[in-house]
Amino acid sequence: MEDLKENKTNTAAGDEVVIHLEHLKKSFGEKDVLTDINMNLKKGENLVILGRSGEGKSVTIKCIVGLLNQDAGKCEVLGKEVNELSSDELKDMRQRVGFLFQSSALYDSMTVRENLAFPLTRVLNLKDDNEIEERVQEMLENVGLEEAIDKMPAELSGGMRKRIGLARTLILKPEIMLYDEPTTGLDPITSREISELILHMQKKYKISSIVITHDMACAKITADRVMIMNKGEFIAEGQYEELEQAEDELVSSFFK
Amino acid sequence: MAQTIPRIKNSWLAEVGNQALFIGDFLGNLFRRRFEWNELIRQCYMIGYKSIMLTAITGFVLGFVITVQSAPTMKAFGAQSYIPNMVIISIVREIGPVIIALTCAGKIASSIGAELASMKVTEQIDAMEVSGANPVQYLVVTRILSCIVMVPLLTLLADAVALFGGFFGSNIVGHMSFTLYFNKSFDVLVFTDLIPATIKTIFFGFAIGFVGCYKGYNATNGTEGVGVAANMAVVNASLWVIVLDAIAAQITNMFAYN
Ligand SMILES: Nc1ncnc2c1ncn2[C@@H]1O[C@H](COP(=O)(O)OP(=O)(O)O)[C@@H](O)[C@H]1O
Ligand SMILES: [Mg+2]
Repeated sequence: MEDLKENKTNTAAGDEVVIHLEHLKKSFGEKDVLTDINMNLKKGENLVILGRSGEGKSVTIKCIVGLLNQDAGKCEVLGKEVNELSSDELKDMRQRVGFLFQSSALYDSMTVRENLAFPLTRVLNLKDDNEIEERVQEMLENVGLEEAIDKMPAELSGGMRKRIGLARTLILKPEIMLYDEPTTGLDPITSREISELILHMQKKYKISSIVITHDMACAKITADRVMIMNKGEFIAEGQYEELEQAEDELVSSFFK
Repeated sequence: MAQTIPRIKNSWLAEVGNQALFIGDFLGNLFRRRFEWNELIRQCYMIGYKSIMLTAITGFVLGFVITVQSAPTMKAFGAQSYIPNMVIISIVREIGPVIIALTCAGKIASSIGAELASMKVTEQIDAMEVSGANPVQYLVVTRILSCIVMVPLLTLLADAVALFGGFFGSNIVGHMSFTLYFNKSFDVLVFTDLIPATIKTIFFGFAIGFVGCYKGYNATNGTEGVGVAANMAVVNASLWVIVLDAIAAQITNMFAYN
C-alpha cells in the first residue's frame, strides 16, 4: 500500500470533467446553506473537500446524487443536469455514482451478506445465486472482512461498518465515489486503514472520487487536490502541500 | 409573527398533498417488475402471525363481555335465547372490525412507523435510494399489502374466537349446548353481514399500513423522531379507522339493510 501512495501524484488526472457544479445555491427555509458552489471533478482524481461542521458539505454531495435539489445553478454529473433526469436516467446515474454515508447506513435487519447482495439483486437484477455469492465474497476480501459475512450490522465495530458500507457501495463498480466523512468517529489507526483502503480501491477500480473530511491525515493520504469550503462556497483550492503553506488564516487553521 | 397563520395552513395543506403523493407513489410501484414476494411473506409473518395472540384474546374477551353484560337485559325481556344471535351480529358487523383495527393500529402501525423511521433517520432509506434500488417498492408496497391481507384475516379470527367467548359467557349466566349456541349464531349470520364487514377491514388494513409507512418514511430529527413517528402513526391510524368506519356505516346502510 506504501507504493500506491508514492505513485499518487503521478497519476495524471485527465481533463474530462465528470462532475461540474456552477453557482450552486441551496437554502432550507430562511437558512442559506450553499451560496455559490463552483467545482469540477476530473476523471480519475481524488478531490478532498475540507470544511467545518454544518458548512454544507453533505448538502453539496446530496445534490450531486439527487437526494436534494438545488435552488439555482448547475449540477451536472457525467454530462447531464441531475435536476432534469428522468427516473430511469436517475437510476442509471446512481448506479454509476457510489455514495458512502457518514453513518455507513447498513441495513440493520439484514446480514452482511444480504447487505452486499441487495444492490446486486435490486439494481443489477442478478439472479444467479452463485454469481452473487462470488461477487459478495470478492468484495469482502477486498475490504478484508470475509469472516463477517454472516454477522448482523449491530455486531460490527465502527471501522468494520465503514468497510462493509464501502464494500456494499463498490460492489456496483461505480465510476465515481462520494465519501461523506469516511473516518470521522474512528480511532487514528482505523482511520488510516480506511484512508488507505479508499486510495487502494481508487487505484484498483480507477474511480474518481470526492472525499469529505476534516481528518487531515485522511486528506493527506487520499488527496490529489484539496478544496476548502466556508460559508457555502469554496475559498481555497490546491494541492495538499500548497495549502499547507498558505498564508490565509482560515486555510492554515485546518492544517494546525 | 405575522407569518404564523399562513404557515400553519400551508403545512396542513402540504401534509394532505404529501399523503396524496405518497399514495400515488405506492400505487405507481405496486405493479413494478420484480415484485418483492419474499419480503411480502416476511412482512405477513411479522405483521400477521405475531399479532395472533393479541387479536385472539381481544376477540374472546369481546364475545365474553358482550354476553355477560347483555344477559340481564335480555333475560328481563325473556329473550335470553337470542343472546347468541345478538352477540354474533354485533361483533361481526361492527365491534369486531373496529376494535381489532384499533388494536392493530396500536400494534402494527406503531411498529411499522418506528421501523421505517429508524431506517430513515439512520440514512438507510437514502442509502437504498442512492444505490439505485427502489425503497418504496421494497419497504412500502410490501408493508401496506401485508396489512391489507392480514388485518381482515385477523378480524375473521377474532370474530371466530369471539363466538367461543360468547359461548363461555352464556354458560356462566345460563345453559346452552355448544351445538345450539353455534347453530343459533349461524342462523342469523348471512353473507350480507360478512362481506361489507370484510371489505371495511381491507380499508382499515390499508389505512394502518399506509399511515405507519408514511409517518415512518417522513421522520426527521434523529432518534427523537423515531418515537414521534411511532406515536403519530398510532394516533393517525386510529383516527383513520374511526372516520372510515363512519363512512362505511353510511354506505352499508344505503345498500345492504334497506
Ligand atoms: N434536509 C435538511 N433540512 C433542513 N436543513 C438541513 C437539511 N440538511 C442539512 N441542513 C442544514 O444545512 C446545514 C449544512 O448541513 P451539512 O451539509 O450536513 O453540513 P456538513 O458540512 O457538516 O456536512 C446545516 O446547518 C443543516 O442544519
Ligand atoms: Mg456532513
